[in-house]
Amino acid sequence: MTMQAATELADAEFSQVVTTHRPQIFRFLLASTRDVDQAETLTQECFLKAHRNWGGFRGESSVLTWLMRIAINLQKDQWRNRRLQFWRTTRTNGVDVDEASAWLPSGESSPEQQLLARERVGDVWRALEKLSGRQKSIFLLRYVEEMDIAEIVQATGLSEGTVKAHLSRALGRVRQQLGGRA
Amino acid sequence: MRDEGNKAGEVFAELDDPNLRDALRDFRSSVHTWSDATYSAARTAQAPRAIAWRRTLAWALSLAISAGALSGAVYERHHQQMLADQQHQRELQLEHQQQVAAQQQHARESEDLLAKIDSDVAREVPSAMEPLAQMMTDDSGVR
Repeated sequence: MTMQAATELADAEFSQVVTTHRPQIFRFLLASTRDVDQAETLTQECFLKAHRNWGGFRGESSVLTWLMRIAINLQKDQWRNRRLQFWRTTRTNGVDVDEASAWLPSGESSPEQQLLARERVGDVWRALEKLSGRQKSIFLLRYVEEMDIAEIVQATGLSEGTVKAHLSRALGRVRQQLGGRA
Repeated sequence: MRDEGNKAGEVFAELDDPNLRDALRDFRSSVHTWSDATYSAARTAQAPRAIAWRRTLAWALSLAISAGALSGAVYERHHQQMLADQQHQRELQLEHQQQVAAQQQHARESEDLLAKIDSDVAREVPSAMEPLAQMMTDDSGVR
């Protein structure tokens, strides 16, 4: 196989990866940031970085886990970056809890059930605001992306015990928030 | 990570608190709904807007930098030209002054030479006329 043919094959593979996994990466980043523009920007950066390193991907983890790890690191870098401090405090694109809680599937539930669901979703968002970035990421990977513990371990680079501990604390915080309402 | 059919059961089944389980299911559904609704919009409308905004900023910055560099270069060239003109003027002036000084010096030397010649001519007498000249000097007292 010539060098050009190999490059074309790699590009075709990567295009398939983007088509398959982009919505999930966007969803994770949207839930992490609660900001559509920021989630879109970080998603683009994630796939740009993934494309640059595609040749080095050895398949030791699943592609999605690998992409999630890139997304988590990008988000971490962004929050660490002191130069963005001003934008973090002044940005207005982020959605507040009430607005985020308004997104519910249009099912056959009654208005009362819809209202109750909205309040519960709001409580979870409020609990997430009190979590550390790492705890929030682990919680979202588990209960929004429904990854199992081994996948979260690979995506975060943390030990299984640490992941379980963070998850337990996050659940405790959510339970506390819901208990406060009840 | 799994197909939709398995999702509802596995992750949430381990939660023994029904209130917590319902809340997390609602939360998951809410995030998925929000993401599905905004994903296509983000790609078609909001992403280009963000890119357009960045491109505009990049263009404005590059334009400002280019204009700054150009005006700097023009100013520098003008400044260099002005300095060169001033230097040239100074050289011309110096050359002129040197020429004038040389002319004055030459004129002075000519005048000195003429004066010396006049003086020499007035004072010195040819040797053949020297006795007569002495007599005239001696006789001048008699007269």
